[in-house]
Amino acid sequence: MTELTIIDGAAGGGTATVPARLEAGAVRLSRGALEQALGWALRPEGLCRGTVCVPVRHAAALETSHGVDLAAVAAALDRPLALDAGEGAAYLGVGADERARSLGALEAPDFTLPDLEGRSHSLVEHRGKKVLLVAYASW
Amino acid sequence: MVITAALDKSAEDARPWIEAARPTTPAAAHVALVDTRHLLADLYNIVNVPTVFWIDERGRIVRPADVAFGTDTFKAITGLESARHLAALRAWVKGEAPALPAGLVARELQSLPTAADQQARAEFGLGEWLYQQGRREAAARHFHRGGELAPHDFTIRRGTMPMRGVDPMGPEFRAMLQDWVGKGNPYYRPLADTKG
Repeated sequence: MTELTIIDGAAGGGTATVPARLEAGAVRLSRGALEQALGWALRPEGLCRGTVCVPVRHAAALETSHGVDLAAVAAALDRPLALDAGEGAAYLGVGADERARSLGALEAPDFTLPDLEGRSHSLVEHRGKKVLLVAYASW
Repeated sequence: MVITAALDKSAEDARPWIEAARPTTPAAAHVALVDTRHLLADLYNIVNVPTVFWIDERGRIVRPADVAFGTDTFKAITGLESARHLAALRAWVKGEAPALPAGLVARELQSLPTAADQQARAEFGLGEWLYQQGRREAAARHFHRGGELAPHDFTIRRGTMPMRGVDPMGPEFRAMLQDWVGKGNPYYRPLADTKG
C-alpha cells in the first residue's frame, strides 16, 4: 500500500492524497478512497455522485478484490487521466465531449481567476457588458 | 470590458506586463488575471497566445478564438497588424457592425477539442502540479508527453519551456517553430477577415 495524490481538474475539484495500491501500471483504490478523492461512489447502479449516476459497462474490470482501477473509472466517466505511478500522482482532466458541449453551443464558459493582488474575478460578473477576453503570456 | 489572462508559470512572470498596462485613466480600466494552471486553455480550447474572444452581453461567444495583437511590435514576425482587429472591435462595441462579417458563422469557426487535446491538457495539469511541488524532472516528462499528444498546442510546447529551464525565445523554440511551419502548419490561426 502506498499513497496517491489525485488532482481533480473539473470545476470545483480539489486535490486529495489517499491510500492506493500500485500494480502492473494500474492504480487501485478502495471505494472509500475513490469517493474521498473524487466524490464518485461505486454503487450497484454505477458510479454516482450526488444524484448523478454513470452506468458502468465492465464492472469486473473496474473493481477487483484489490480495489477500484482508477484508469477504468476515468474511462467510465469519459475523462482523461494522466498518471505517474512513480511520483504517486494523477490528474483527472475534463473530457472533450463535455468541453465541446458549451463551446459548440457558443456559451462562454465561466471561470474564476486571481489578479496580481490575489483577488478573484469571474467572467459572469461582467454579464450585461461586451467583453474582450485576451489570453496572452510572457513567453 | 477587457479581461486579460496571462498563461504564465507564476504571477511574477506576468507582473511586468500587467504593471506596464496598469490603467492611468478610468477609461483604460480592465481586469488583469493570472492563469498559471491554464484553466482558460482548457475551457476555451486555446492552443497558442495571443488568443482573443468576443463575448456579448448575454455571455455568448460571438467571435470565436482569433489571433490579435494590441500593437504592431511583432508585425514583422507574425505578419499580423493590429489595426484591423481594433477597427472591427470598435465597430462591434459601438454597435456599428456585427461581430463577424456576413458569411462567417461563429459556430463553424469555433474549434472544439479532441480526446487527444484533453489528454494533453491532463498531462499538462499533472506536470504543472509536479512543477509546483518542485519535482521538475517528472514535470518535464509530462509536459513533453502533452506536446506529443497535441503538437499544435503551443501553450504546452512553448508555454512550459520556462518550467523546463528552456528559453521560450531561444534556439529550441526556433527549431520547433521551423519544423512545424516547414511541414505546412500555421503557427497562428487568425480568423479570415483580420488576416493582414
